[in-house]
Amino acid sequence: MSTTGETLPGEGNAFERIQASPEFVELRRKLRRFIFPMSAVFLIWYLLYVLLAAYEPAFMSIKLLGNINVGLLIGVLQFVSTFVITTVYVRYANKHLDPAAEEIRERIEGSQA
Amino acid sequence: MSESYLAAAVGKPGLNIAIFLVFVLITLVIVFWVGRSNQTASDYYAAGRAFTGTQNGVAISGDYLSAASFLGIAGAIATVGYDGFLYSIGFLVAWLVALLLVAELLRNTGKFTMGDVLSFRMRQRPVRAAAAVSTLVVSFFYLLAQMAGAGGLISLLLGVADDKSTFFDGQSLVIAVVGILMVVYVLVGGMKGTTWVQIIKATLLLVGAAVMTAWVLGKFGFNLSYLLGEAVENSPKSGEKILGPGLQYGKSAISKIDFVSLGLALVLGTAGLPHILMRFYTVPSAKEARRSVVWAIWLIGIFYLFTLVLGYGAAALVGPDVITQAPGGANSAAPLLAYQLGGELLLGLVSAIAFATILAVVAGLTITASASFAHDVYASMLKKGNSAPDAEVRVARRTALVIGLVAVVGGILANGQNVAFLVALAFAVAASANLPTLLYSLFWKRFNTTGALYSIYGGLITSVVLIVFSPAVSGTATSMIKSANFHWFPLSNPGLVSIPLSFLLGVVGTLVGRRERGAEAGYAEMEVRSLTGLGAERADAVVAHH
Repeated sequence: MSTTGETLPGEGNAFERIQASPEFVELRRKLRRFIFPMSAVFLIWYLLYVLLAAYEPAFMSIKLLGNINVGLLIGVLQFVSTFVITTVYVRYANKHLDPAAEEIRERIEGSQA
Repeated sequence: MSESYLAAAVGKPGLNIAIFLVFVLITLVIVFWVGRSNQTASDYYAAGRAFTGTQNGVAISGDYLSAASFLGIAGAIATVGYDGFLYSIGFLVAWLVALLLVAELLRNTGKFTMGDVLSFRMRQRPVRAAAAVSTLVVSFFYLLAQMAGAGGLISLLLGVADDKSTFFDGQSLVIAVVGILMVVYVLVGGMKGTTWVQIIKATLLLVGAAVMTAWVLGKFGFNLSYLLGEAVENSPKSGEKILGPGLQYGKSAISKIDFVSLGLALVLGTAGLPHILMRFYTVPSAKEARRSVVWAIWLIGIFYLFTLVLGYGAAALVGPDVITQAPGGANSAAPLLAYQLGGELLLGLVSAIAFATILAVVAGLTITASASFAHDVYASMLKKGNSAPDAEVRVARRTALVIGLVAVVGGILANGQNVAFLVALAFAVAASANLPTLLYSLFWKRFNTTGALYSIYGGLITSVVLIVFSPAVSGTATSMIKSANFHWFPLSNPGLVSIPLSFLLGVVGTLVGRRERGAEAGYAEMEVRSLTGLGAERADAVVAHH
């Protein structure tokens, strides 16, 4: 990718070359491999909760411990899963996404200087 | 016991006003202080991109935890129990959409507004116009909700009744004062001042809610089950039902579908709210944008766990009947609970926090709407990008004045509506008009101008039309217009229809639209910028090189 030094951002060609580079393809793969399945997981889990609340109130009202019922437990678990996904994503991004993005950015900015 | 609540005002109006004035005074001093350094467009719209992720995260929770969250959700849980809890879960889970799919990529691609990202690789003028229209509509709905909340709150605190015989009564005066203050914050402080107001407010709100939560739990020996039991005891009409879902939305097949529709709008709305998206431009990098969302998720999540305790606590200690009969209705659950716990002083403090909440959110909405008009409509469309930056900021300031006026008039009209419900409508419009185009532009190579216009206008028009002809607006005892009935759409929340339709229209538009010249290069530039942060605006960047 030494060719990127010839062109500045704003010209399509330079960006198309970066986009086609193996490093960038790998970065995109790492990003999408995480965010798309994870989005599917939390959306399905949330919709399941909404559907249960709408159509299975009897199930949600089963008492587990004192007055604490299934609905309250699943509701609080939605909070827990949100916190967990947030933490997992931050770790993944710090470890896999940031270094890769930084490397590409620095190489290009370095070659322009 | 209920008589003391039904008296004209709760607590001492003088004390309530005094505490509120202290807050206004402190924030005004800060806003004037930080406003001195507002010079460039980047200062005014994006606070020079100099806030840290942590500061911005606190400000985001201040922007997001509106009157709907504090007054609306606590009130809904107190009166209809579990169904009120769904709001908080939807409002929270929605942040994962922002975290995983939107925040960082948006920060890397845009400068000031949502329109920057939506129009990045499209034909500028039509897409910016569409983005500005939908920004203004969503912000207007959101503003209405906040203003309505202000009116309801004041009726409780100052004993100013909602006088239906005249247009401009005591509550209207309060709404007007809120409007004037918000315009002052925005004009003087710009984004920097607005952000500080939000940070202060978020801190007050979180500390206040934490203290009340601990207090309530303490009254029940820190035993949640015991608290829930007392809430049931004190809810003679509904009893056990308040602990399970269905009290509000379980009545019929239609109301259950309505519940699903609401759930969908809540989870997909957040990442399409222009005033939330704009906050990501106030930090120096995508990594800081991520840090902001993480802080926001934790703070917002913890706050909603507090409201669960406060809502059931209000049911147990004040009682749903007293709450619904109080001036301000369900929205008054949290202030009434404060009065029950800590008397006049705590009531005054909590009310001041609720006011601060409304003020901070309306200020955030105003700056977003005015930025969108000045940046997307004036600078990019009318002046075709050739306007001087200070002229753009001047236009933004004038727009803020107009928005303040519109919000005051609209707020007076919407006074008395359920705040959480009105906000849910804003979420439905945001999820329909903005989110599909945002996701398609970031992730779908083929997506084009026609697709963007179909999706934005299609989602916007469908959601607004369905709201107008819904039972929320006319035909039922809880409608905005009770005297007329022109509703034909059965659901109160249009999300279930308008959101999938908007996603579909984005695809249809893309397929019927012609391929644009340079589309491949445009997508390459957008994708490389969004993923790597190449060429992204930095802190205190010199503006307008685009």
